[in-house]
Amino acid sequence: MDKVIIADNLSLSYSNDEAIINKVNFSVNSGSFVFITGASGSGKSTLLKSLYGALKPAQGSLIVGGVELSSVSRSKLNFLRRHIGIVFQDYKLVKEWTIEKNIMLPLIINGYEKNVTKNQVDSLLKHVRLKHQSGKYPQELSGGEQQRVAMARALSHNPILILADEPTGNLDDYSSGLIWSLLEGANTQLNTTVIVVTHHIPQTMNIDYKHFHIEYGSIHEVN
Amino acid sequence: MKSIKNHFSLVIALVSILFSIQVFTIVDRSIVAYKDKLASNYSVVVVAQFKIENEKMKSLNSLIADVIELSPDSVIKRLNTKMDKKNIELLKVTLPKFYKLKLTHFPSPNEIDNLTKGLLQNASITKVENFAHNHDTTYKFLLLFKDVISVFSITVFIVTILLILKELRIWQFMHNERMSIMGLFGAPIWLRSAVLFRLSIVDAIIASILTFILFSYLSSSQWILEQFNNIGIEVVVFDNIIDFSILFGVAISLSILLASLIVIGHKEEV
Ligand SMILES: Nc1ncnc2c1ncn2[C@@H]1O[C@H](COP(=O)(O)OP(=O)(O)OP(=O)(O)O)[C@@H](O)[C@H]1O
Ligand SMILES: [Mg+2]
Repeated sequence: MDKVIIADNLSLSYSNDEAIINKVNFSVNSGSFVFITGASGSGKSTLLKSLYGALKPAQGSLIVGGVELSSVSRSKLNFLRRHIGIVFQDYKLVKEWTIEKNIMLPLIINGYEKNVTKNQVDSLLKHVRLKHQSGKYPQELSGGEQQRVAMARALSHNPILILADEPTGNLDDYSSGLIWSLLEGANTQLNTTVIVVTHHIPQTMNIDYKHFHIEYGSIHEVN
Repeated sequence: MKSIKNHFSLVIALVSILFSIQVFTIVDRSIVAYKDKLASNYSVVVVAQFKIENEKMKSLNSLIADVIELSPDSVIKRLNTKMDKKNIELLKVTLPKFYKLKLTHFPSPNEIDNLTKGLLQNASITKVENFAHNHDTTYKFLLLFKDVISVFSITVFIVTILLILKELRIWQFMHNERMSIMGLFGAPIWLRSAVLFRLSIVDAIIASILTFILFSYLSSSQWILEQFNNIGIEVVVFDNIIDFSILFGVAISLSILLASLIVIGHKEEV
């Protein structure tokens, strides 16, 4: 099976400080669904950052989608990122753009045609139950609504890899259920690899998944 | 509303820069127009013992644009009329020659000095007179006015640039966030900065149009035209094509420069 992610002796740190992730080895198969758990401050978001190339490996090698991230060129990294959908822990929506335009962003960057873009955004807005809010700006939405916008944006361009950082952190059970079924759908129907950081693995998962736990800088698989 | 506010500060800054440039241009034009007027009124009269050919006279100083020989008739008429024709003819020959010189431009005191000295070196020339003292004061006043306007324009320019630099940090912060987010989804640098360049070009266009409207109004203002009339000159307050092109060029260059500074200063968040 193809590997989307291969970490070999990987260490991560911010500016020469002690390693937050320390010499870990793991890999993720293409099309798999992975949960990452760990205490607050254990380095879950840090690990995701390294996966989309915002934090370079301090040591070891990290290959994502066939690209070695410790020595990647800017244009190659841009290319890789165009095939990844990210849900950030702090959402990172563009304030001066409407919800609709925010969701469109990856489609615009990937150069999709206008009508394709429009249809895709309409269908996603329906899926995250925000159709009636499409013309609003992010700051006019509740935290949970913004989180759903971030999810819709991450899915919009049918990425090969989705990285979601606590995507249900601000949501009630009903909205959380929506998010999980969207992620499951992408995984089963489009064979998208999904990596989700969360504190609670939902009880209702209908698919096989892997579970990594981060503790004291190391990563181990939970069975 | 929100987008109008975003445009406001750069547009205002650009308009004030364009305004000071145009005011400076108008004052400069007034001075040139006034100089031309002075040069055409300014006269130097030369008295010579013998006839001097036009070309010879012109070769004495490059300031001399034209030479007009004054007819002795008017002089003789004033002397007496009871002379007989023969004597008058004799007198005409013995009278010194009078020439009026037209100058190429309004001379500085130094130039007029050199001219006088140079002419007097010619053995035939006995006297050089110039008549321009009353014009001189207006001219000096205009020059002073130009200095004042220069200082004013430069001050406006510097203050505005300082304000823009201060705003720049806010804009940098504002645009940095969006550009970073676009970068996280793999947008190349040209796409990340496209919005910024589009915004600044739009601002430059708005500022140019506002300045255009302002000066179109001023150039049709009766009061302004009267002021120029009073000192006897005609000045183009705003040339719809040339001046607009210059101002538009300045506005576009400045705003593109600013946008480039923001792009260069762009730092990606980690
Ligand atoms: N930009 C940064 N610069 C320096 N240190 C950082 C930075 N971001 C995070 N850290 C540190 O790295 C460690 C791991 O942070 P990280 O955000 O990965 O934790 P997390 O597991 O995502 O926690 P949470 O569940 O609270 O989101 C923390 O000790 C944090 O202080
Ligand atoms: Mg985190």
